[in-house]
Amino acid sequence: MASLKHKNTKRIEGLDKNVWVAFTSVAADPSIVNLGQGFPDIPPPSYVKEGLAQAAMVDRLNQYTRGFGHPTLVKALSKVYGKVYDRQLDPFKEILVTVGGYGSLFSAMQALVEEGDEVIIIEPFFDCYVPMVKMAGAKPVFIPLRLKSPATTSINSADWVLDLEELASKFNSKTKAIIINTPNNPIGKIFSRSELQAIADLCIKHDTLCFSDEVYEWLIYKGHEHVKIATLPGMWDRTITIGSAGKTFSVTGWKLGWSIGPEHLIKHLQTVMQNSLYTCPTPLQEAVGQGLLRDYELMGQPDCYFSSLALELEGKRDRMAAMLRQIGMTPVVPEGGYFMIVDVTALNQDLSHMGDEEPYDYKFVKWMIKEKKLAAIPVTAFVGEDSVKQFEKYIRLCFIKQDSTLDAAEAILKSWNKS
Amino acid sequence: MCDVFNSWGSKQSRKPAAVKLLENFMWRRTAVIGPLLSNRLAVAGFHEKGIMSRKLHARRIEGIDKNIWVEFTQLAADYKAVNLGQGFPDFPPPSFIQEAFCKALNGGFHMHQYTRAFGHPNLVKILAKFFSRIVGREIDPMEDILVSVGAYQALFCTFQALIDEGDEVIIVEPFFDCYQPMVKMAGGTAIYVPLKPREGCGPALSSADWVLSPEELASKFSPCTKAIVINTPNNPLGKVYQQEELQVIADLCIKHDVICISDEVYEWLTYDGTKHVKIASLPGMWERTVTIGSAGKTFSATGWKVGWAMGSGHILKHLKTVHQNSVYHCATAAQEAVAVGFQREYDLFGTEDSYFLQLPLHLHEKRLRLADCLKSVGLKPILPQGGYFMIADISKLNINLTDPSTKDELYDYRFVKWLIKEKGLATIPVSAFYSPEHREEFQKYIRFCFVKEDSTLQAAEDILRQWSESK
Repeated sequence: MASLKHKNTKRIEGLDKNVWVAFTSVAADPSIVNLGQGFPDIPPPSYVKEGLAQAAMVDRLNQYTRGFGHPTLVKALSKVYGKVYDRQLDPFKEILVTVGGYGSLFSAMQALVEEGDEVIIIEPFFDCYVPMVKMAGAKPVFIPLRLKSPATTSINSADWVLDLEELASKFNSKTKAIIINTPNNPIGKIFSRSELQAIADLCIKHDTLCFSDEVYEWLIYKGHEHVKIATLPGMWDRTITIGSAGKTFSVTGWKLGWSIGPEHLIKHLQTVMQNSLYTCPTPLQEAVGQGLLRDYELMGQPDCYFSSLALELEGKRDRMAAMLRQIGMTPVVPEGGYFMIVDVTALNQDLSHMGDEEPYDYKFVKWMIKEKKLAAIPVTAFVGEDSVKQFEKYIRLCFIKQDSTLDAAEAILKSWNKS
Repeated sequence: MCDVFNSWGSKQSRKPAAVKLLENFMWRRTAVIGPLLSNRLAVAGFHEKGIMSRKLHARRIEGIDKNIWVEFTQLAADYKAVNLGQGFPDFPPPSFIQEAFCKALNGGFHMHQYTRAFGHPNLVKILAKFFSRIVGREIDPMEDILVSVGAYQALFCTFQALIDEGDEVIIVEPFFDCYQPMVKMAGGTAIYVPLKPREGCGPALSSADWVLSPEELASKFSPCTKAIVINTPNNPLGKVYQQEELQVIADLCIKHDVICISDEVYEWLTYDGTKHVKIASLPGMWERTVTIGSAGKTFSATGWKVGWAMGSGHILKHLKTVHQNSVYHCATAAQEAVAVGFQREYDLFGTEDSYFLQLPLHLHEKRLRLADCLKSVGLKPILPQGGYFMIADISKLNINLTDPSTKDELYDYRFVKWLIKEKGLATIPVSAFYSPEHREEFQKYIRFCFVKEDSTLQAAEDILRQWSESK
């Protein structure tokens, strides 16, 4: 008999469901072309892999390192980001190494957010923000990006904007933080300086924190600039900026990320870290540190991986957009990141046989996996209930895939109307 | 009243900072539910100098910011001390596991990308196979196991998943220090019960002589008790709970419908033929036990941070919910390497080539050697039946501890700091493993880690011998 005492705690009530659990096992079937979950099927740069092999050979690098971040890594981070932020970063007090960008989000939430707080989340959002806010006992408050009517038929992520009055209306005295994600997953929007300034003004006015998820910060396409909200006046002291080795070096399976911010905030994230998992794996941190130092020397040059990866992906981005347009879909060309959302309305796919229980995009993706052997992710997984209608004709595709994967996707799309 | 001032404040956005400094005077109600409602004075104009006006940190991290490891590892490093303090080997992991790691990281792109969130398939399958044989039941790799970032994160998931505000958690003292802040962070109340030297047996020279009083233990259970945490082999004492002792605990768990959290990270390190018994294998216990394990301790690779929680799916599913909302995945390549390691050990189990037999054999001698050395310099070691550590009674030493910076601390803290600074030898004060209420009673013990190269143990011996001779 299952004991009543063995049920889950209140903090995780209702947080067991997850879009990935539903879709990743389905897409694990090798006959399916997987443009769903966001990870590269291209290899990481060889020097990063070699760095790991070398680190594993050093005896002491197989044992515990400093809890808040391996010295080689935090020092490399302070160098790289010191340059980016144009400020001296204390590697020991202003940086925390975590288990992926995910771990940084969790640490920030657990350290700084609690019952009675509200946290503003911009839709569409990386899906974990909501359960993390709820687990911290706080209330998520949503505001959608809205498609302003485009001048031409070609849509890009910059056409999705915040209504600033609407944004201002979401702030109140309970607002503890706003989460921004730039470049954004899934749309690929890069928040412009003026948009960030508007958000910053509100943060300052309402004395709110900003959690800035910038894991895709290096994947910026031509003609666009990534701006760090923490560099705007008045923002350093109230912002936690999150980065990811997984996304930076195409090693999502290493699960290393970092939080950068002022000591008076980072120290609280460190408290969470020391009471949750204490330290991250040593050899992986050493390898990421060495990789960052190598690319630090090359920053601004074409063979710096931070820029060369973006160049490589831009071609894939454009190819994917073209493939989708060919069959009548309207892709939203992203300014950054490695996802593209696409409006499937023009395909006129009748899914009434699949019932009314789920939003259209969930049904479409399931149908597409089954009938077309192509996997994507439904965009309403990234929005709150009230915005489902606005986004249910969109699906998300990941394009950080090798050419053979994209070739296979193209073949499926080309023969779309033939079956 | 608050709203009047808030609306006054809201027109401030476009004014220069200096003006805001003069004009802004906002009372803000921090959103706190409970008996304490604090109204705080905020001067918003200080934003340029970065003082956020409202209370920043969440209450859940109140009082858990201090940490003994941060303090003492820094001290040991600063004084370049011979380090018998923190518990990790200073010898390498076995070559077969290092090779497995190299092979994994050269094993194709998928070794560097996300794997299954609750545990890499190869790893959970071999863990299930391996432990099914030991526990004596069919363990489901997908339902009954969660892989975590070290045993530490498995403990965290367990407390977060199962302990609510108001729940009581019984902790056996001395305890690995993280249990207390984790219980606190989950809103639980820790109830302590001490291991004590058995009465009437003379000087308690072995960890086996430290026992729980069944009556005292029973008295700690209440309708609010959600869980009890045991650690066997125990850190720092080295006690290995015998079957009868676990049965007493099991009976109480069943009677009071309590969950048992069994931290067994040192499960392979038992000496003198002592058997490690899994409480989850006792009747009625599988369905109410979460057993915690560690690849770091198992394969002498603490820096890999691969651990696991194992137990009945109906409890593990809650740990998975915490995991998927906190870190989600663990590193892939390390999990693959640990899987290969466990497959090898499965095949060699019980044979002399098994690392699980070789490591305790290797450490057995070091343990005796350290104990002899400590005795010879007037310390009274308690010989551990298992684990990485040995505690020693320092009460017979008469050291004049005059360092003013430590004068308000407990004796063992002061002694350990003195030993690091004056003698260059690092250990850990045992009162750190006791509750605030019992700390003073146990301030005459220090903890040594003997999982070290012979050269390290030699260096420690030299220091102790020199010190003893100079007295």
